[in-house]
Amino acid sequence: MELIQYILIGVFLVATIVGYKLINNVPSRLHTPLMSGMNALSGITILGALIATGVALNSKEPVVGYIFGSLAIILAMINVAGGFSVTNRMLKMFGKKKEDETTIA
Amino acid sequence: MNNFILLSFSTANILSDSVYYVLCGILSVAVLVGIHLMSKVERAQLGNQISALAVALGVIITLIKNDILPLWLIYPGVIIGLIIGLILAKRVKMIQMPQLVALLNGVGGAASAIVAAFVFIELYDGVDFFGKVTASLAMAIGSITLFGSLVAAGKLHKVLAQKPVILPFHQTLSMGLLIILLVLIVLGGFFSFATSSIMLVATILIATAFGIVFSIRVGGADMPITISLLNSLSGVAAAVAGFAIGDVLLVSIGGIVGASGLFLTQVMCRAMNRSLMDILLGKTAARSSKTETELTPEVSEESEEQQVMINPEEVIKNAKTAIIVPGYGMALAQAQHLVNNLAKKMKANGATVKYAIHPVAGRMPGHMDVLLVEAGVAFDDVYEMDEVNNEFKDVDVTIVIGANDVLNPAARHAEGTPIYGMPILNVDACKNIVIFNYDLKPGYSGVENPIYKRKSGVAVIQGDAAKTIQELLNKI
Repeated sequence: MELIQYILIGVFLVATIVGYKLINNVPSRLHTPLMSGMNALSGITILGALIATGVALNSKEPVVGYIFGSLAIILAMINVAGGFSVTNRMLKMFGKKKEDETTIA
Repeated sequence: MNNFILLSFSTANILSDSVYYVLCGILSVAVLVGIHLMSKVERAQLGNQISALAVALGVIITLIKNDILPLWLIYPGVIIGLIIGLILAKRVKMIQMPQLVALLNGVGGAASAIVAAFVFIELYDGVDFFGKVTASLAMAIGSITLFGSLVAAGKLHKVLAQKPVILPFHQTLSMGLLIILLVLIVLGGFFSFATSSIMLVATILIATAFGIVFSIRVGGADMPITISLLNSLSGVAAAVAGFAIGDVLLVSIGGIVGASGLFLTQVMCRAMNRSLMDILLGKTAARSSKTETELTPEVSEESEEQQVMINPEEVIKNAKTAIIVPGYGMALAQAQHLVNNLAKKMKANGATVKYAIHPVAGRMPGHMDVLLVEAGVAFDDVYEMDEVNNEFKDVDVTIVIGANDVLNPAARHAEGTPIYGMPILNVDACKNIVIFNYDLKPGYSGVENPIYKRKSGVAVIQGDAAKTIQELLNKI
């Protein structure tokens, strides 16, 4: 194993532990937006999709790689864009000030 | 070829390695800051925006560092995905959040699996044993996430039957698939290019089968746990794909997502008194083979005595303190706005009204809170189970809407039933209980709720909550 691989394992452990600790402080009423926000973050794999597609395009047989790479880019992008945007939509509702108590239907 | 796909400039030398790694570190910290801000409702939106910005910057520095910024062929995919994602996010109804999250988990897992497949077939130069093993692990986890999520989303969206599907030897089957998968993953490290496409197909097929077998036996009540677990897996898939391609940001952020999903899974397990191992091995709360009568806890023998129903209008009109217990039934009936109106009317009469939320109310963690906030309920009025559980005995009335198992006192003593040991809302301690439920059938667990048969202090109003609550509103 190379040095970078040890570093990656270290980064993984630190991120997991620190992330776990911070998430512990999120109140349960925000668990749905938390989850959809985390879900959006898992679309970070867009980075991998972009790199892989780039490698494929520069290879000897770019077509198949390009098709699958683009598929990965589209899927990851749906994950990122949809996730962050719907989380924002939910949190906007939470941020709203109390509705006027006098409006009784 | 290169002239066609490359514009005539290169960005490879803009970022040196050390600058790039420092930037990755800063962006990882930014994501952690974003999560930290989510611990307060007022700052949560800002937190989410910081995380989103970090990902966007991550994309930009990755494009620069890897010299793919000028490759214009990558941008159609980016734009198509962006548009589809934004449309999904805009159109989804709040009650559909669980299936949207499940679906997005699935597509994220699929993208990670594809990235890993690129490494596995050695499109890259110099992929070593570590790279190949992590690539095959990421393919496996990504495929499990994709197909597990698709089944879960299909069930939530009612495209698939919602009942748990239990195959013969289900537990053995899932264990067997898992073991084969582990063997394939380890073997994946040893295979050379010539044979790796066979390994690739085998790994993905077995992982797909495991994902489906895992998800089809999940029913409604286990959904919050399943969704949380798949959320965790989508993060782990990204992190492991990051190991395979050697990308720091992918590893750190994937790790954070994995941890958060695991945390929420544990919260859900605790709320249902179930161990994670039981869920993984398929000992779900699926209705056990016992007959209904066996599951029914001893309801008082002298049931010939007439049950005296309270008058719901009187009780609600006169109440000075009240707790509302909303369940998934309320969401199904789309009655949350009416419930909010009911609470407002009671408040106008001078009553204090609180909402009590059980951790597993709804189909994903925190789902009920989102539905209430959408209906305009102020979140100051919404309480978690532990915050209000001692107050039921003191309030004038408890109003239950479309909830059953989460307040079933049988959970305290009916050993051997699926809900035994599950923490519940102490609704039965209240002197007056008004229940709006579709029918009197047992909830998902299949255990009858003795509160319905209580001799006094209960009014049960059956039917579609949207109608029955409107009728009540007209009367008071």
